[in-house]
Amino acid sequence: MNSSSKLPEVIRRNESDILADWVRQQVATGAAGGKIREGDAREQSRALLSAIREGIETGNVSDVMAPSWASAREFLTEMARNRARQGFTPIETATFVMSLKLPLFSRLRQEHLNDAAGLAADVWTATELIDKLALFSMEAFQKTREEVIVRQQQELMELSTPVVKLSEGILALPLIGSLDSARTQVVMESLLQQILATGADIAIIDITGVPTVDTLVAQHLLKTVAAARLMGADCIISGVRPQIAQTIVHLGVELGDVTTKATLADAFRLALRRNGLTIAKA
Amino acid sequence: MGEFLLVTIQVDMHDRLALQLQEDLTERIAATRASGVLIDISSLEMVDSFIGRMLGNIAGMSKVLGADTVVTGMQPSVAITLVELGLSLRGVRTALNVERGMDLLRKSHEDGRHGGPG
Repeated sequence: MNSSSKLPEVIRRNESDILADWVRQQVATGAAGGKIREGDAREQSRALLSAIREGIETGNVSDVMAPSWASAREFLTEMARNRARQGFTPIETATFVMSLKLPLFSRLRQEHLNDAAGLAADVWTATELIDKLALFSMEAFQKTREEVIVRQQQELMELSTPVVKLSEGILALPLIGSLDSARTQVVMESLLQQILATGADIAIIDITGVPTVDTLVAQHLLKTVAAARLMGADCIISGVRPQIAQTIVHLGVELGDVTTKATLADAFRLALRRNGLTIAKA
Repeated sequence: MGEFLLVTIQVDMHDRLALQLQEDLTERIAATRASGVLIDISSLEMVDSFIGRMLGNIAGMSKVLGADTVVTGMQPSVAITLVELGLSLRGVRTALNVERGMDLLRKSHEDGRHGGPG
């Protein structure tokens, strides 16, 4: 395809000079807004250029997904991940790769002194190649950011479903935030594990922190209650706010025979009574 | 166990064995005139809708024969599966373990003898 391209040869013969020009250019333009030390920038540039030379050795100047470009892809992925985690912007990450074009074009111009057509062809080849590498690193950058979001979502879900032991045999489950089917799974698992671990026979599910209770949310609550019942624990739903009570009645939501209380305190008193205990002044 | 029967269900209860269990159990309840049945499923790590329905059936049959049923030892994963399958086994009493199950049966037995609570 591009057997007449002088790009591989140019890079091979002038690697150290191209590197020097490139680093000088990055420092001069204040690349990455000072977020990266010159030593690190030099090292990263050296590594990338070396990986590009490796990939281009076989004469393949366009297919960056081929095996010969593996080390280049590895380096770019690693670099993009680190930059994503360190708070670099997407532009800063892509610009680093793209800034290699200028020093490369200068060399190509020298190589094709009297050959305008050859120069144009090689400039295009080099452009395409570097663009592909830049886009590849962008994708890795995006993926890292997405992984962070997913992990935070997971942590958020786990954080917001603690199960608290109020007293011997009585557990409290304060729910904060909306209850979707994914969270219901987490809630059910935590609650049942705790029932098993503490041998509790009463669980108070407090929904003060649940913004709305529609038929779907009610279904999720009832599922949780049913699951706890199967393990021999009775449930009391507390923290029913006036608006919630209105919504439940207006929607005709059926709570069955689940006991509900307005406050956690009432629910706790009821739970104690059921277990034959009361709170008395010392 | 006195007037109570204890049944322990192990894993891999396939269809024919389950039906056999139903038959055997109902016969024993009638023969011993048991007033309480404890079905312990603490060895079950997974259930499907078949087992779920079978548990409900056994409980129903025992009740008809005048025996109270309590299912004990349900593991969290099993409880969640049953609930997801829509089998909340209403009308079947449950307890965390056999000991609690026996307490439950004894208490309701006494209540029954004295004609209700209080």
